[in-house]
Amino acid sequence: MIDIAITHVFLISALLFCVGFIGVLARRNTLFMLMSLEVMLNAVGLAFVGAGSLWQQADGQIMFILILTLAAAEVAIGLALLIRMQHQRHNVDVDGLSKLRG
Amino acid sequence: MTALTLLPFFPLFSFLVLIVLSKRLSWHIATAVALTGIGLSFIASIVVIQSLNVSASSGEGLTQSLWTWFMLGEHEVRFAFYVDQLTAVMIAVVSGVGFLIHGFAAAYMRDDENYSRFMAYMNLFICAMLLLVLAENLVLLYLGWEGVGLCSFLLIGFWYKDPDNAIAARKAFIVTRIGDTLLALGLFYLFMETNTLNIQEILAQQQTSPLSDEAAWWIALLLLGGAVGKSAQLPLHTWLPDAMAGPTPVSALIHAATMVTAGVYLIARMQGVYLLAPEILNLVAWVGCLTLLIAGIAALAQEDIKRVLAYSTMSQIGYMMLGLGAGANVAAVTHLMTHAFFKALLFLGAGAIILAVHHQQNIFKMGGLLKRMPLISILFLIGIAALIAFPGTSGFVSKEAIIAELWQSKTAGPVFWWLAVVGAFITSVYSFRLVFITFFGPYRAEHELLPQRHGLIVLPLVILALLALGGGYIPTHLEQVFSAPVASQHGPAWLHTVAIIAPLLGIGVAYLLYFPKTESSPAVPGTSSVYRFSHNGLGFDSTYNALVVKPFVWLANINRKDVIDLLVQLISWNTFTWHSAMKAAQSGRLRWYAATLGLGTALLLLGVIL
Amino acid sequence: MIFTNIIAVLMVSAFIALLVGKRFARTLPYIAAIGVLISFALLAHFASNHHDLFHQAMPLVSVPWISSLGIEYATFIDSLSFILVALTLILALVCILVSVSEISQYQNFYYFNLLAALAGIVGVFAAADLFLFFFFWEVMLLPMTALIAIWGHENRRYAAIKFFIFTQVSSLLMLVAIIVMAFIYQQQFGDISFNYFDWQQLNIAMPLQYWLMLGFFVAFAVKLPSFPFHTWLPDAHTQAPTAGSVLLAGVLLKTGAYGLMRFVLPLFEQAATHFAPVAIALGVISIVYGAVMAFAQTDFKRLVAYSSISHMGFITLALFSFSPIAYHGAIVTLVAHGLSSAALFAMAGMLYQRLHTRDLKKMGGLFASAPRMGGMLLAFVAGAFGMPGLLNFVGEFMTLTGTFTHHPIATAFAATAMIGSAIYGMYLFQQSFQGKPQENVKIPDLRAHEWLLCSLLFGLLLYLGLFPQALLMHFDSIYPSVADAQLIGGKL
Repeated sequence: MIDIAITHVFLISALLFCVGFIGVLARRNTLFMLMSLEVMLNAVGLAFVGAGSLWQQADGQIMFILILTLAAAEVAIGLALLIRMQHQRHNVDVDGLSKLRG
Repeated sequence: MTALTLLPFFPLFSFLVLIVLSKRLSWHIATAVALTGIGLSFIASIVVIQSLNVSASSGEGLTQSLWTWFMLGEHEVRFAFYVDQLTAVMIAVVSGVGFLIHGFAAAYMRDDENYSRFMAYMNLFICAMLLLVLAENLVLLYLGWEGVGLCSFLLIGFWYKDPDNAIAARKAFIVTRIGDTLLALGLFYLFMETNTLNIQEILAQQQTSPLSDEAAWWIALLLLGGAVGKSAQLPLHTWLPDAMAGPTPVSALIHAATMVTAGVYLIARMQGVYLLAPEILNLVAWVGCLTLLIAGIAALAQEDIKRVLAYSTMSQIGYMMLGLGAGANVAAVTHLMTHAFFKALLFLGAGAIILAVHHQQNIFKMGGLLKRMPLISILFLIGIAALIAFPGTSGFVSKEAIIAELWQSKTAGPVFWWLAVVGAFITSVYSFRLVFITFFGPYRAEHELLPQRHGLIVLPLVILALLALGGGYIPTHLEQVFSAPVASQHGPAWLHTVAIIAPLLGIGVAYLLYFPKTESSPAVPGTSSVYRFSHNGLGFDSTYNALVVKPFVWLANINRKDVIDLLVQLISWNTFTWHSAMKAAQSGRLRWYAATLGLGTALLLLGVIL
Repeated sequence: MIFTNIIAVLMVSAFIALLVGKRFARTLPYIAAIGVLISFALLAHFASNHHDLFHQAMPLVSVPWISSLGIEYATFIDSLSFILVALTLILALVCILVSVSEISQYQNFYYFNLLAALAGIVGVFAAADLFLFFFFWEVMLLPMTALIAIWGHENRRYAAIKFFIFTQVSSLLMLVAIIVMAFIYQQQFGDISFNYFDWQQLNIAMPLQYWLMLGFFVAFAVKLPSFPFHTWLPDAHTQAPTAGSVLLAGVLLKTGAYGLMRFVLPLFEQAATHFAPVAIALGVISIVYGAVMAFAQTDFKRLVAYSSISHMGFITLALFSFSPIAYHGAIVTLVAHGLSSAALFAMAGMLYQRLHTRDLKKMGGLFASAPRMGGMLLAFVAGAFGMPGLLNFVGEFMTLTGTFTHHPIATAFAATAMIGSAIYGMYLFQQSFQGKPQENVKIPDLRAHEWLLCSLLFGLLLYLGLFPQALLMHFDSIYPSVADAQLIGGKL
């Protein structure tokens, strides 16, 4: 096995997280925002796996599975909302939803 | 004493009848009611004075207590009347002269649509004035004092549709109210020191345990404040000329014969307190002296016949004040009485003239009236003669008596004597200026004269003319009330001569200046700046306007919105500002939320790390 | 039981009015009037059976309410509460008379609120338990707010909310003080108690006493209202319906004065003495400031509202001068102002109905078409500026005479309000009734029920003004004041 320095793992994960975050902020299309969220979740998952392998503990993988489940649930609900949104508004522009504020 | 109890309430009753039935009454019935009310008062006054003279030997007055008004601690303020010789003079003048003026007013106001209301106010005034002079204590006196003020307000503003009249009424009320407030403060001070407000008790206390110098000083000063307000003396005199906006009988009754002399009555009544404060007596003399000069000078430049008479009233009351200040109380009160006769005569005569020339009041638009309405003119001239103290008239008796006592008085002196004589000179100059311009020369009015021959116009004038001639010899017994005159012996012999000659000299000067030289030369008002200054009452009005009225109105108006409310609104403004600031964050933009969330987390992390 | 009965009668008629509903709207004023008249009869009957004039405080009822906290339903009567309840009931009639032709919406709910507010006010005057007092204090607040908020003029919601917040915040301070007092009682005597008579035995150390006194004072000063807590009043008065203004000026302000007389002075003698210079200054400022502000107003009701502030300043001045004469003067002023300001607001309402404006600049020359109304307005204005012969004069005169002995300078300043009141009074009268008539506006003169109302109020002012002993005989000639600390325990 090739040892990958833990710093590299964290660097990648941080980079992925930032990419995802910028995606969330920059895209107005809700679908892309959901995808960016997915990227952010995976970045966190990567960090957990890296940390788990560093300390030789199973917790990292367990957390990753939790995140996967969470991501699946999130995508399921998110896409459902997205479809309703498309039905009602004929677009998926998230800024249009600001009318929902109290 | 039923007569004494009912004395002030007869006019009150006729007031009620008139005001309730108002326009339903015909002129005849309304007149009958009004005259009955005051006539009964006059009869009651005579009855009271008779019984006073019967019991006069002891020097005690008559007291009639009606009910307890209220309690000031242990002191009982009663609704009670007190009559002594001073009151006797006052009630006789108020109800007698008042009766004559009511008679005249009935004819003068005959065609007014609110005739009943007018007579009602006049009756109410008489009631308040009688309460004022009859009052056994100062609180009841204050009731009358305010009552006459209110009636004066109502009557000056009787023709309320003209805003000028309403303003004059308001001015009269408010300016006198300043004096009233000082008077009220005087009462508070008096109560604090003596624990009573009963006039006789206060005066009796001065014999046994007199007021301290400081207290007497303050009390006398504050009461003087009340007196100068009501009696139109310096510095609160500015309301009187404007008060001429009222119907002429009102000017005769309130602003010449009765109400304006209330201040004189008050000071005469409280003489016992004033004697303890000679400085204030001196001040009274000064106030009187300055007022009589200033009013005389202003009267020289008036064009409205009623304003001439108004300034003349101020000036004559100045003589009374001067007399009181000098300790010539008997003479001052006698002058009050004779002044009521001849000034009522003058005002009513002026009223008759004004009716005849179609409500024209400018003397420069009259002229030549002596030939056209000789009876009224001669009656008016009798009044003028009394006013300038022409020897033999009532004015001569009383005014000379005042002047005679000035020279030797401890609180006055030669300076006052000279000023009073100069005042007498000015009086006769302005009086004869009025006479020469009004009665001589060509007739200048635009309309034909309406001769007035109604019995109710002429009869009161004739009676008043008789009183103006002989009224000075009516026995008054005032010396029972006042302590002996301050000056026991008189000054140099030439004083008397000079005092008699000064008015006659004034006639001469007026003749030279104002008598129309030819039948055709028109008399014209002066145009010089001195004349204007004098015409405007020596600038008192404009000074007060600039110094008091305008700043007050300005101050009140800039704060109309109430600064304190602004402070309160600051709190709500604060809440609203924060609210709207926070509201901006709640934009509903998901990406904006995410960004702030990220930023916040980053900042927190940064904080943890550092 | 008398006050309980009155409150019950008022509340029952309030609910009857609510239930009668709109179908029989014409009967509503009669229902309300009957309720008030029954209450009045009860009070008169009770008074005629007690010839001692209530010089001594007389406990009426005492029923445990929340026993765990020592709270009782306890009422009592003495001269002060008797006079004020009588005044309240008289003004209640006035309120009903002015409402007859004015209110056309939700009449049943209107009369419900009116009667409920009255019941609350009577309760305030009756309560001997401070918790109960606070309860009624709140009870009178809510219907009053509703009266302003629902039946008021154009800016009513603003005014109602302002009124509500001012009163609520200040009464919160009072609530805190009440609770602290109850705990102090527990510390000193073992049991917790809210009873007024129990509290009179309390002995509170000075700094704390001062703060507690302030808590009460602020609540009452807002209600009074005293400068600088007065700004709710002009808004509330201007926007309230006529009956609301009458009730506010006539009795609601009196609850503030009542609180000062009943609680602040006797319970916190020492603190009140220390506080007196401040209170007197506030009183004098209120007097002068109110008078000046009144002159600046162009709105009829706003002018009268500011004049109320000026008149209530006399009460503060009188109470904190600790002079028995001034104390009597304050009581007389309470009644006098209740009657005269109620009358002025009623006049404002009548004018508003005829002209649909309260703006003095749009009035003028009304005397020609409505001389009786003008005469009445002048009479009430004369009352307000202290015309002798009317009751206001007696109150003002006694107040100033009493205070002059202790505070001559302050009294001299306060006396300038006599000039100020003449200025704004005459301004009010002349702007509306004198001068040139505006475009030949003809207004109907007083109608029968208005005539009844005016003559009732004027008659009372005149009768009591000439015979104020009818009022003052209810009070001992020497009334408890802080100066006579000994008397306070015994007399109340």
